[in-house]
Amino acid sequence: MRRIVIVGAAVAGLTAAETLRDEGFTGAITLVDGERHAAYDRPPLSKQVLSGRMQRSDLALKPADFCASHCIEHRLGVRAQRLDMQTRAVVLETGERLRFDELIIATGLRPKPLSDQPRLSGIHMLRTLDDAEALRADLLQARRVAVVGAGFLGSEIAATARELGAHATLVDALELPMLRQVGRDVASVILRTHRERGVHVRTGRVVAEFHHQHERVKSLTLDDGEHLDADVVVVAVGSIPNTEWLEDSGLTLDDGVLCDAYCRAADGVYAAGDVARWRHPRWGISLRLEHRVHAAEQAMVAARNLLGAAIPFDPLPYFWTDFHDVKVQVFGRIGLHDAMTVTSGDLAARSFTAVYEHAGVITAVLGWNAARAVRRMSALVGQPVDAVKPLAAIAA
Amino acid sequence: MIKIHVDEHKCVGAGQCVLAAPQVFDQREEDGVVLLLQDHAEGGLEPGVRKAAKLCPALAIRIEEA
Repeated sequence: MRRIVIVGAAVAGLTAAETLRDEGFTGAITLVDGERHAAYDRPPLSKQVLSGRMQRSDLALKPADFCASHCIEHRLGVRAQRLDMQTRAVVLETGERLRFDELIIATGLRPKPLSDQPRLSGIHMLRTLDDAEALRADLLQARRVAVVGAGFLGSEIAATARELGAHATLVDALELPMLRQVGRDVASVILRTHRERGVHVRTGRVVAEFHHQHERVKSLTLDDGEHLDADVVVVAVGSIPNTEWLEDSGLTLDDGVLCDAYCRAADGVYAAGDVARWRHPRWGISLRLEHRVHAAEQAMVAARNLLGAAIPFDPLPYFWTDFHDVKVQVFGRIGLHDAMTVTSGDLAARSFTAVYEHAGVITAVLGWNAARAVRRMSALVGQPVDAVKPLAAIAA
Repeated sequence: MIKIHVDEHKCVGAGQCVLAAPQVFDQREEDGVVLLLQDHAEGGLEPGVRKAAKLCPALAIRIEEA
């Protein structure tokens, strides 16, 4: 019987499996994952799970009978150790070999530690449900929290720590929080918002030294000599694609599994989700997106292509982040030097929308507490600016 | 025919459902939370609704085969 093995059973892996069945595949499907919990959703981990508004039972990605009802063999808590392309088998850490006809790689990411990060209690990184529960337990006891890295994750964690009553300080090497994700103007608004809500922010700073007492973190020294007391430190400075198990496979690894525009890494081998780097068909550049929606979207395309379709993966990048009472949503990709025009509200308002452009083309649209408006503007991305001027009339 | 259920409390206002099936989903103006324009779909609308349920980043859409 034809067998498809899927390594990684989070959003991308599960969506791929479901899509294979939806498309009528009747052969064997085996899902493998090192995670010991049944698949759960990650975006709430840094928000509702940390704050206590959601529990693990709220996070299930699929109903408990999903694998049974879709005839999927599910191997939980077992890691894939190696891919043998000669015999077309995934070798598990137990030594067992899973032979496949086709393979979908969806092994995701793990957090990147600081280069000299010590092993001390009180220092956390956040990726898994276990990580989130351990961090929450520590935050509930914490008086002073330092979050290193002011991207989405760091900003969300610092805001939640503050909400839980801790004194929170956000530290980032760049001059503004989320600078690379939203550009200078909106990053300045994010900085102001954090400060208004009582989160202290140290930008343009890195950690020079960790201090500890009895193997527990006690404080940090920043590179300008500032000393920050901290009984909890969270490191959120980026992530690393989980590709070590593929190192001697012959697949091309380049900050992810390199795929063509059809999410294909080799004959009969596809990749989807955070781990997949692919050639964006319209933009002609290689991209790896770490956004929730695309993990599902890419898995659907990879699964259908595996079954014989030829669909280029051509998504409109989308992300959102929630911190304090702000929801920021972006469709498209914001370049650091893109020009921004506010199209409704203003940067001091509770709600606004903005359009970004580069070389006469709209690169992205952003909504700040403007979910419906920004979604309606998403069709503008990729259009020449001249075709949609005046920009200020867009959101009307 | 499929029946569609949405969970307004889980919804994060991403709007992916509206992009996938604009005849079936909309969003509240004030907070972007999902609005169901019809609670069932059939024929040509079904694939878009199924796609919306798979894409929803908040797991807020549930489909029941009717």
